[in-house]
Amino acid sequence: MYTQALNTRDQAAPSADSEQDARFQARVDAELKIEPNDWMPEAYRRTLTRQISQHAHSEIVGMLPEGNWITRAPTLKRKAALLAKVQDEGGHGLYLYSAAETLGTSREEMVDQLLSGKAKYSSIFNYPTLTWADIGIIGWLVDGAAIMNQIPLCRCSYGPYARAMIRICKEESFHQRQGYEIMLALCRGTPEQKQMAQEALNRWWWPVLMMFGPSDKDSQHTDTTTRWKIKRFTNDELRQKFVDATVPQGHYLGLTFPDPALRLNEKTGHWDYGEIDWSEFKRVIAGDGPCNRQRMKQRRAAHENGAWVREAALAYAEKRKARERAAYAEAAE
Amino acid sequence: MTEKNSPLWEVFIRSRNGLAHRHVGSVHAADATMALQAARDVYTRRGEGLSIWVVPSAAITASDPADKDMMFEPTASKIYRHPTFYEVPEEVGHM
Ligand SMILES: [Fe+2]
Ligand SMILES: [Fe+2]
Repeated sequence: MYTQALNTRDQAAPSADSEQDARFQARVDAELKIEPNDWMPEAYRRTLTRQISQHAHSEIVGMLPEGNWITRAPTLKRKAALLAKVQDEGGHGLYLYSAAETLGTSREEMVDQLLSGKAKYSSIFNYPTLTWADIGIIGWLVDGAAIMNQIPLCRCSYGPYARAMIRICKEESFHQRQGYEIMLALCRGTPEQKQMAQEALNRWWWPVLMMFGPSDKDSQHTDTTTRWKIKRFTNDELRQKFVDATVPQGHYLGLTFPDPALRLNEKTGHWDYGEIDWSEFKRVIAGDGPCNRQRMKQRRAAHENGAWVREAALAYAEKRKARERAAYAEAAE
Repeated sequence: MTEKNSPLWEVFIRSRNGLAHRHVGSVHAADATMALQAARDVYTRRGEGLSIWVVPSAAITASDPADKDMMFEPTASKIYRHPTFYEVPEEVGHM
């Protein structure tokens, strides 16, 4: 998902009097795509750079909670599937960095923003994966929520982002289905296994609902991003869609949701749900979730430990280029 | 950041026999060989390609979208370049 509306408060409203702004908005209104070298308002560029890079960071950090279980997957089939899924998430991060770079910020700068703690990533990845059932839950619910959020982004006004999202959405469906299959196996297993599945659902349900970002009542930037056709639905609309799609799937598994207020509203046809604990959300976003420190420590270590490889590769490329130049000079003599 | 940035490469993939290579995105890599491998891992995990090109991004010269009118307007006025500009009597049939 991972495009949780996070710290988008400082965006300036585009100056309505500028002719360029008006032309830009007309193109967006006509559902034309904006491409990297096209003129765009600075605030549009800034907002997108932040949203896409945070989305990329989320994919990358999102590899950690699942990577935690690759060596402990219960069967070879599950291990192969999990490995492929985690590799996909790494790929999603790279598609997205590549899209964000077209807006003029370098990859290194974005990685630096993540590692220095300046940039945010989705709150969901700061929760621990305690049992194998958590891997089922992540695929079923976390990727499920991601799909809900990402499908409208395939029509985002910024071309490179929209195209990256199309690739990503094609791959997400496998993620969700493999997660649900893990849940199904547990729920049809021993009472202990089913209990494990239930406990995982109990722990993850509320954090997953928070993935859609603050309630519409409290999110002040929906207007601009909607006008720019970056966002097509509000946080609460997407959250409701997700709840409606997911609750019957949970009931099919024979599981219950940890929300006494959850009930089908006969009038609206939607599932009503209870109040989300926004103080927890704010705490986790601010860096004080169960795993924030561990995640960042692991990312920094991975980056630092890989530095010699990047340096060696560049040095080798330099050496080869120098050799080629020398051979060329010799031949020219 | 003391580290040197690694070069950016644009990636083009031929998805099926008979189709042209199409731009799919970019990768960072120290050299062309590593760029090809990275492109394979990032963009073709599900048989999306039969062939990959990687091109240093810096080697691409692009037209400026701001010059769009100057660049492409002249073709718009040359309607005689289209078959529909010419009249062929109906009796002649399809041509
Ligand atoms: Fe993903
Ligand atoms: Fe995923």
